[in-house]
Amino acid sequence: MSTDPTTYVLRGARPLDGDAVDVVLADGVVTEITAAGTATVQGATVVDAVDHVLLPGLVDLHTHLREPGREDAETVASGTRAAAVGGFTAVHAMANTSPVADTAGVVEQVHRLGEQAGWADVHPVGAVTVGLDGVRLAELGAMADSAARVRVFSDDGKCVHDPVLMRRALEYVKAFDGVVAQHAQEPRLTEGAQMNEGVVSSQVGLTGWPAVAEEAIIARDVLLAEHVGSRLHVCHLSTAGSVEIIRWAKSRGIDVTAEVTPHHLVLTDELARTYDPTFKVNPPLRTAADVEAVRQGLADGTIDIVATDHAPHTREDKDCEWGAAAFGMTGLETALSVVQQTMVDTGRLTWADVARVLSANPARIGRVEATQGRPIAVGEPANLTLVDPAATRTVDGAEQATASGNTPFRGRELPGRVVATFLRGRATVLDGAPVDAHVVGAR
Amino acid sequence: MKHLLSTADLSKEEAVGLLDTAAQMAATQSREIKKLPTLRGRTVVNLFFEDSTRTRISFETAAKRLSADVINFSAKGSSVSKGESLKDTALTLHAMGADAVVVRHWASGAPYQLAHAGWLDAAVLNAGDGMHMHPTQALLDAYTIRRHLAARGSGLAGDGGDGVGADLSGLRVAIVGDVLHSRVARANVALLRTLGAEVTLVAPPTLVPVGVGAWPCRTSYDLDATLDEWRPDAVMMLRVQRERMSGGSGSFFPSPLEYSRYYGLDARRLARLADHAIVMHPGPMNRGLEISAEAADSDKAVIVEQVANGIAVRMAALYLLMAGDSSAEGNDL
Amino acid sequence: MSSGPALPADSDPDGTTVLGASDVARALTRIAHEIVERARGVDDLVLLGIPTRGVTLARRLAERLAQIDPAFDVDARVGELDVTMYRDDLRRQPTRAVGVTRLPAAGIENRTVVLVDDVLFSGRTIRAALDALGDLGRPRAVRLACLVDRGHREVPIRPDFVGKNLPTAQNERVRVRLAEVDDVADAVVIAGRDDAAGKESAR
Repeated sequence: MSTDPTTYVLRGARPLDGDAVDVVLADGVVTEITAAGTATVQGATVVDAVDHVLLPGLVDLHTHLREPGREDAETVASGTRAAAVGGFTAVHAMANTSPVADTAGVVEQVHRLGEQAGWADVHPVGAVTVGLDGVRLAELGAMADSAARVRVFSDDGKCVHDPVLMRRALEYVKAFDGVVAQHAQEPRLTEGAQMNEGVVSSQVGLTGWPAVAEEAIIARDVLLAEHVGSRLHVCHLSTAGSVEIIRWAKSRGIDVTAEVTPHHLVLTDELARTYDPTFKVNPPLRTAADVEAVRQGLADGTIDIVATDHAPHTREDKDCEWGAAAFGMTGLETALSVVQQTMVDTGRLTWADVARVLSANPARIGRVEATQGRPIAVGEPANLTLVDPAATRTVDGAEQATASGNTPFRGRELPGRVVATFLRGRATVLDGAPVDAHVVGAR
Repeated sequence: MKHLLSTADLSKEEAVGLLDTAAQMAATQSREIKKLPTLRGRTVVNLFFEDSTRTRISFETAAKRLSADVINFSAKGSSVSKGESLKDTALTLHAMGADAVVVRHWASGAPYQLAHAGWLDAAVLNAGDGMHMHPTQALLDAYTIRRHLAARGSGLAGDGGDGVGADLSGLRVAIVGDVLHSRVARANVALLRTLGAEVTLVAPPTLVPVGVGAWPCRTSYDLDATLDEWRPDAVMMLRVQRERMSGGSGSFFPSPLEYSRYYGLDARRLARLADHAIVMHPGPMNRGLEISAEAADSDKAVIVEQVANGIAVRMAALYLLMAGDSSAEGNDL
Repeated sequence: MSSGPALPADSDPDGTTVLGASDVARALTRIAHEIVERARGVDDLVLLGIPTRGVTLARRLAERLAQIDPAFDVDARVGELDVTMYRDDLRRQPTRAVGVTRLPAAGIENRTVVLVDDVLFSGRTIRAALDALGDLGRPRAVRLACLVDRGHREVPIRPDFVGKNLPTAQNERVRVRLAEVDDVADAVVIAGRDDAAGKESAR
């Protein structure tokens, strides 16, 4: 993989919100960390980083890049470019493409497209079952052994609901230190479901998606994981009950990790009253009490990571009746701001915690911790994100790098701005804009 | 009032105003010449994404009695096969110069989207959307209740006939049946409450939505107790859809027979109603399931009258939405 | 139409009173006699007031007719005719509430119907009233009585009985106050000579 011959001096940056320093990046690694204003490197590009927070490059464990199959909604190139703009240096590409990423061939294709695009490391997630049909295990070993080195397996979009199949998958991936990332949704309890089941669904007349349909699967799966001694990752946990179950499981020593999406940290099912399908997502937006519970869970470590569940959709799939619209919302370019707004600016997480939940922990769960989610230290890979926490911006879907406009934050003012992103010492974003000309294969 | 999307949007004044206007419309309908020139030259489109011959004919009659031109646009499609998109349909109607769009849709919220997405500047009348709302049905139900029972309530404001000017305070209405899937129930609960009536929903627990506790009404699982102890002035029976009782683990009650036994209005329960009480049904009825022939054909039943009142109420809604200058300030009822 | 029930009665406190209570009473008495004279008796007469003040005026006229000929049954011969749904200016205004139409017990078929309104202005209200009447039945004859004719006709309509001809400018407002409706002494008030907004409100 290419590195930028340019040497960068990040002047006055505050790593993890600590004391201001100068950070020098050269040859793909951090070469020097020295007192602010003191680094002098011949021919280096100096980036004014005064009052900016320096984070390890963000790692998304849950991204839908849509390629192959739905290149009209997103491509690996457009999705990873959006990721870079959002401060990410690695993304895990979900398997529900067309064809499904259930063979070594497909995961290698996605992996290669990611390398060609060059915006961020792309780690394909392999499907647990063939065609996501929940019937037969896909060739998990072949995907793990492929050039894509798959370690995360998920039928995301669908739940591995058959308990026997789930048990087998949990057991099988132990052979190569993999993890099953479960989309927890009991299918029978959610037939035709459109939104969270509760007061709002009863009033707006949309079929409910009950919290218990998520919680019942999580409860079963943590017990299965305990029984077979496997690790389990729970995708996009969305209810207060789910947080309780994870907390209980961890207290028993069960090897489970959990993620929450940015949208579940801030948006509620009240938005369904607008019937704007932008707010239709799976799992659905829940109540204010659930939002508070997942914030608390993230703050106390019950929830390990924030993952975007970036789910781009074309206008045709969203400009229609709520009942006919696709589930999902984009998130790569707003995730960090939402975490800042809901967790940092409220005093519930420090920037060091942000580095943990958006970089170190997802890298560890995805087994990419050798290169991503590293400490900010001399000799470490220069995968870094520079954030101006004092900036604010109003979100406009049309101005985003993602190919789709279905952001639920349209028109909202959010704090924080990614000023620069570095992938192995090469700037993918500078001055808040993607560095297209420097990137091999970029549009 | 620019659109009629949900009874929850109506203030008490607006709701009473609508019923009063309906009363004046009804008065014109007993004349030899029923047609009024009021909406001459204006176009009403009946946009039906779901079959409903009764509702369409009622709206069509109402619009024609007001001299509007009526275009029937059937854009049938299920949630599986979307058919023409809502947006394209709206843009088409906009290009055709529709002044009002009466929309029936299988998707909850579709009329709301038509009214607010900026695709169309016509007045939108919700003629039933998914499980959400059916405002004109609730208005005709309230109109029917007021005509028969306003004198018994405490809300009789004027001395006009048929309860003109009155609300429904002091009256008790039981709504019985499949509340979970019923836009009629949702529309009625909101409107009856606004008009001051008390409402009790009666249904098997499987057919009551989670979250009903936030609704402004009582809920009971016991029809007999509700009739005997709560003494409703009006009993509104909801239609039970065939697919709700198909066998298997998805059905909402064990059998049609058991449903009738506990929640059907039969001769025995009919006899226990107060003398003045009325029996209502939005139609079409499943005779022998939620309502027996004795109840449906009894003197207490006002089911046929509900149909007639539907025309007057829809005339009133069309008049109030279409007759004035919608850009004029203070364009309320 | 004439006065506007839509406008608050106290919107022009500084208007000029052109007819006082006694003038109004005298005008109505004279109109009552003219009606009887023209119809050669009261036998087939019915009065239809146009809301709001026309209804009150019709009632007062009927009482005077009963004084002239006690055979005239006020309750059976007075009705009200709401013309809202026949107006040609509905789309120029905020939505109007539909009023009550109540035909007299004696009916209008083959009767001589006297339409009663307070102020005759453009004539459009009366045009609407004639249309409304045509949908309700077929009177033998239709006459028009008004308390004030202020001119500026826009359709070929002429009153049969007028209380007072009142030359006005287009932008002036003429307001009739009646004790039963307005809770003040009867009066006809003219206002708004310098009020540009009066132009719209008078239509």
